[in-house]
Amino acid sequence: MKAAVVEFPGSNCDHDAFEWASRLFHIPTELVWHTETHLKGADLVILPGGFSYGDYLRCGAMAARAPVMDAVIEHAKSGGLVIGICNGFQILCEVGLLPGALLRNQGLAFLCQDVYLRCETSKSPFSRHVGKGTVLRLPIAHHDGNYFTDPKTLKRLQREERILFRYVNPNGDVNEAWNVNGSLDAIAGVLSEGRNVLGMMPHPERASEAVLGNEDGAAILRSALKTLEAAHA
Amino acid sequence: MHEPEVTEALALSHGLSAEEWRTLLERLGRTPSFTELGIFSVMWSEHCCYKSSRVHLKKFPTQGPQVLQGPGENAGVVDIGDGWAVCFKMESHNHPSYIEPYQGAATGVGGILRDVFTMGARPVANLNGLHFGSPNHPKTPALMRGVVAGVGDYGNCVGVPTVGGQVFFHPCYDGNILVNAFTLGVLRSDRIFRGSASGVGNTVWYVGNKTGRDGIHGATMASAEFSEASEEKRPTVQVGDPFTEKRLLEACLELMEKDVIVGIQDMGAAGLTSSSFEMAARAGSGIRLDLDAVPLREEGLTPYEMLLSESQERMLIVAASGHEEDVKSLFAKWGLEASPVGSVTDSGRAEIFWKGEKVADLPVDLVVDDAPAYDRPALERRDFKERLHLDLSTIPDCRDPEETLLQLMGSVDLCSRRWVYRQYDHTVRTNTVAGPGSDAAIVRIKGTSKAVALSLDVNPRYCRLDPYEGAKHAVAEAARNVSCSGALPLAVTDCLNYGNPEKPEVMWEFRRSIEGLSDACRELDTPVVSGNVSFYNETNSEGIYPTPSIAMAGLIEDVSKAVPSHFQQKGDAVLLLGRTDGHLGASEYLWAVHAVEKGAPPPLDWDREKALQKLLRDLASEGKVHSLHDCSDGGLAVALAECCLGERSRLGVTASLQARSHRLDELLFGEDASRALASCSPDIVQPVVNKAREAGIEATLVGTVGGDRFVVNVDGQRLVDLDVGRLRSTWENGLKRVVGG
Repeated sequence: MKAAVVEFPGSNCDHDAFEWASRLFHIPTELVWHTETHLKGADLVILPGGFSYGDYLRCGAMAARAPVMDAVIEHAKSGGLVIGICNGFQILCEVGLLPGALLRNQGLAFLCQDVYLRCETSKSPFSRHVGKGTVLRLPIAHHDGNYFTDPKTLKRLQREERILFRYVNPNGDVNEAWNVNGSLDAIAGVLSEGRNVLGMMPHPERASEAVLGNEDGAAILRSALKTLEAAHA
Repeated sequence: MHEPEVTEALALSHGLSAEEWRTLLERLGRTPSFTELGIFSVMWSEHCCYKSSRVHLKKFPTQGPQVLQGPGENAGVVDIGDGWAVCFKMESHNHPSYIEPYQGAATGVGGILRDVFTMGARPVANLNGLHFGSPNHPKTPALMRGVVAGVGDYGNCVGVPTVGGQVFFHPCYDGNILVNAFTLGVLRSDRIFRGSASGVGNTVWYVGNKTGRDGIHGATMASAEFSEASEEKRPTVQVGDPFTEKRLLEACLELMEKDVIVGIQDMGAAGLTSSSFEMAARAGSGIRLDLDAVPLREEGLTPYEMLLSESQERMLIVAASGHEEDVKSLFAKWGLEASPVGSVTDSGRAEIFWKGEKVADLPVDLVVDDAPAYDRPALERRDFKERLHLDLSTIPDCRDPEETLLQLMGSVDLCSRRWVYRQYDHTVRTNTVAGPGSDAAIVRIKGTSKAVALSLDVNPRYCRLDPYEGAKHAVAEAARNVSCSGALPLAVTDCLNYGNPEKPEVMWEFRRSIEGLSDACRELDTPVVSGNVSFYNETNSEGIYPTPSIAMAGLIEDVSKAVPSHFQQKGDAVLLLGRTDGHLGASEYLWAVHAVEKGAPPPLDWDREKALQKLLRDLASEGKVHSLHDCSDGGLAVALAECCLGERSRLGVTASLQARSHRLDELLFGEDASRALASCSPDIVQPVVNKAREAGIEATLVGTVGGDRFVVNVDGQRLVDLDVGRLRSTWENGLKRVVGG
């Protein structure tokens, strides 16, 4: 089991994601620079948060065209696991591995706060061991996290149970007041058709340690790790 | 090249005084060229050479076993043990932020980040102190929105969490807002880099952004008063590019891992000029610059413009010869240019060439070390003694304590800052143990069990009424906040914001502040390791209140012992540590409720303050308390309410107090110094009380945590009985009257 964290110029959660996998989960992890064309044999690829290329164009649009993305696409197409967090989610949408787009937050301001997420399906490597209906508290920190897609795609995502996380209130109910960035159908995280690619706006890597007062985020990587180990066994 | 003829009139229009012009001519022995005059005008400006403050800043205690680098470098460095150190500094970006709030504030953050990473430290925490005008002033909302967005967007993009700070409103800032930005970085204590140009023949590298015409004479702008016409100075405000900053930061830190860098410095105020002259001055060397090699954003820049440009995100690096390819390829990896623009000499002069012509040839020491320094006349403020006198008989006691408490909790100075810090990424880098809203921010140091605690404080009202006592309080409160988190205060950086120093009353305020800060830092054993002075915060001759922002850094050896500020557990006992005399002078209550700004700030007794802070740290390290909260602005009732308003906690409190005088407001809203609220398990109340008494600190059981109501009884009479939800919504909506929604 190996992990890779892709680094673009302007990524700023690359070290956090690296530590999440390597220090907290003891997964052998490599940093992969955006100009590289191989993922160093990784089973799990993490596209970290940040502001790739400054996000001076549409968020993630530049990164989607970086040389390393061909390798990421190939990895995803062959069933390899990919997690895109925050800017990583935006990049996955830009490159077409996930449907939809992340628009500017309703209210137009950058939002940094804790949110509550409900796990909507256990049918994915990232949630198999989290459990449907589980409510997680995780931090967000983004300007463009307002998920949007066309009605047809939304229907399909709902039908295929590809909405992995929704913003909810602390009791686990969808409620517009708690859908702080205004996402369509309160969507916080979605899965690819093959269910091996996850994009999510909240930051599980920032909430996986007791010293930071919150370990809810660990569940997602733990689930992916267990799934991979079971597959390798 | 056609250049204006250099005359005394031109020198005066560059901001030099007639006397400075005469000194310059005499020392140089000739008339300077136009380019040279530009160099003198910025290097001898208040902003760059601290001519009105230098003689006074020498009074600061700056030494201590913990100090690895004191003032004089780009930032201070403090030892935190086991081979680790922290590097920090605070700087103002007041004038640009008033003219163009978004970019002014953003570039303020950019500048302070560079000051810290140039020392070899990775920035891990930002703070900021923001002072705006009256909430009713028509400009305040737009200035506040712009500044907060600018601070946020820059720090968020670079990926340095903004973990705390201060926001204060007062009409004295109507025409001069303050934006004070602080950065702390972490480094190995044996890997400190300095801004020194040594080693004859070593190459001088220019890295980062290209040079444009932005910011020319920004330093000179910051060295004069404002008037209505100042808004025409918008072109002197620079534009920030946080993506380039992020790449520059990573590239510099990566280059620092190789043994290539001899010296490095940010091109901040006065850009290429100040960085090259100061680096040569520190090394006692000389420098030769070839301006033809300076990367330009547009064609046709003159040497004068290249030397004075304050384009952002640029650094000057002196690298050991033979490593040219290392430098170039590393910056290329990050998509940045590195251009050799000169070399280190032993001439003691800065020789600057352009198109085969020597456009400047100046002795480094004349420009840097011999810059003017003044001991300007100081005169006690005319109304000083009169305003210290407070006649309480003219002020009615609060008749409805519940209503008064709500009024205070919703007031712009005491209400929740969530609208502000929600726009700052405060969790990136996964070190934030306690973020905004806590007495002190707590940032753990990865790879160790340690954490640093940070607090930024000043009460401008105290400073206006008594600049000496106000300065003492700023340091004491910052240290108390840090101690409440369980940390030992180590050192401070300051950002000293004042009016026009040529006015004796302003100079008196400044001198008294320096004395107060110096005495406080000596008492608390927290030397000043870096800082910044911002004068001329005046518009149409109206100066701001003296505002010495203090940022204190403290150390927690074992982060698991860090203590939160808010109540944690139902059933816990609440103890008030420290003595309540009911001091109302200079209080938030008098200002917010009675619109009175009079009276002396609360007396501050150092023995008591130090004993209290040691007690707080001991209680924390022994694991005896569940929360500790400083009791200051707004007094005891406000502090109790704040303990119920944690980000996630929903705990009320029932407090029972004994009146000390016939006035309720003295008990509830008096701001006696050296007090804190502790909560602990009810079965260890007696040991905690005993421990406090041994330390010479009064400890009174004042209440019990729990329920969903905020109740205050005085002498058995229920005076406040509020739903905590109502208290919270009043507190959370306080800023709406300024920024809406």
